[in-house]
Amino acid sequence: MTVFAGFGLGLRRPHYDEFLAGRVAVDFVEVISENFMVDGGRPRRILRDIRALYPVALHGVSMSIGSADGIDGFYLARLRSLVDAIDPLFVSDHLSWTRIEGFSSHDLLPLPYTEEALAIVCANIDRAQDALGRAMLIENPSTYIDFAPADMTECEFLTQVCARTGCGLLLDVNNVFVSASNHGFDPVAYLDALPHDRVRQIHLAGHSQGTDLLIDTHDRPVPQSVWDLYAHVLPRLGAVATMIERDDDIPPLADLLTELDGARRIAGRTLRETA
Amino acid sequence: MSLLAFQRDMRAWLIRADEDAAQRIGRDAVPGLAVYQNNYRAQLVACLDDAFENVRDWIGGEAFHAGVVTHIDRVPSSSWTLDAYPRDFPATLAMLYPDDAEVAELAWIEMALGEAFVASDAVALRADDLADVDWDRATFRITPTLDIGCLTTNATAIWSALSAGEVPPAAETLAEPGAILVWRDGETARFRAIDRVEQQALIAIRSGQTFSALCAGMVDAHGEQAGIACAGRMLGQWLGDGLIVGVD
Repeated sequence: MTVFAGFGLGLRRPHYDEFLAGRVAVDFVEVISENFMVDGGRPRRILRDIRALYPVALHGVSMSIGSADGIDGFYLARLRSLVDAIDPLFVSDHLSWTRIEGFSSHDLLPLPYTEEALAIVCANIDRAQDALGRAMLIENPSTYIDFAPADMTECEFLTQVCARTGCGLLLDVNNVFVSASNHGFDPVAYLDALPHDRVRQIHLAGHSQGTDLLIDTHDRPVPQSVWDLYAHVLPRLGAVATMIERDDDIPPLADLLTELDGARRIAGRTLRETA
Repeated sequence: MSLLAFQRDMRAWLIRADEDAAQRIGRDAVPGLAVYQNNYRAQLVACLDDAFENVRDWIGGEAFHAGVVTHIDRVPSSSWTLDAYPRDFPATLAMLYPDDAEVAELAWIEMALGEAFVASDAVALRADDLADVDWDRATFRITPTLDIGCLTTNATAIWSALSAGEVPPAAETLAEPGAILVWRDGETARFRAIDRVEQQALIAIRSGQTFSALCAGMVDAHGEQAGIACAGRMLGQWLGDGLIVGVD
């Protein structure tokens, strides 16, 4: 599994030209895999040009590793083709499901953390990693339904998934905060219980208050609560790639780079304290 | 409950707000289920909003939204990619507007332009590339980005006016039904209205008919001089449009 330390941003359309000019101070960019799993045209050309300038991480939202009826083979073939074309730093997707029996929700739906679900998720990840010819990173989700009491906690589930499949983790710190708030668990205890040696990438993002629940909206700056959790977990991890994930109400690139500097400062402080 | 049973219940909840399914998932899950259902529908609404701007401008925001709601209820999403969801919307609009054919035709143009934008790459030939062609045997490969739709109205004129921010013409039925070509030239998706003669010729060439056979058919239909001239004109137009990507 690739080990890479650095700071990056999600590549979003309003910033294409600035990234393509090649002078953006990031160590990598992350793209949504599905946006580029097309036959041709401008999206593929832009991704080729971006890849010539920056390391690229592929982040998927539709693999559906939690589907009880398995992963779509056509999807895997398409993703493999993209992987071969751009040689990404990481290939990641979520601990969730999006499709079942020909229906696609286009949303990251939650899984009950049962032994049955664990077996299905591991079988699906095994199949995906075989098809892609590389280890994947699996991201902890934001969830809005609590299946407790289940057979295990999300952390225990993720630990088992890593142990059984050899995959790594993409730790979304905002998702930990959102799910902890929605389901009443301690986010610090969650972060402490993760298999730290499996974490290769970190997402930082913002959220919104819904009617009853916190919603993972990615439409505002990273809040202090999430920065605090990042500062807590970072000293426990090895080399990781940290990035700001912004998907809505996208600000000027300069604002995101300033926000990314916040992650750099925390990482610098961590390095000094552990030196 | 098995994972499969749970996922079927979630599907039933997302597609048709099945209360029995929601109860089986759990009483405490109601607020979360509302979030997921909103996410599902909001994604599809945004997808159709983005894909059919000119249709929305033509029929008005309220009518468009009603059409979107009908479509989401009628056609659950089935593909892993949202890019595929616009494909069936023209059919829903044809059902909702049976007496206004331009609505579905406008939608088809927008859908096909979106598909052409990300279709397979192919480099177009130019006239100079045909210098050494054996015209008795030549067959032409047509760009993989090409799609051909039916045209019974002035939807292309309406689409162009709406895109330019101009006042669109009133809808009219064509004297003779024709067709619309949609393809990508370089990185630009384009369209052009054509008549039935060109439609049939292009379909024949795309299916592997030799250019000499096309010429022979045109001569039979229109006489020697006019037939050859017509076939030549069409080939010149196709080359200029960037539709020809290979010759065998």
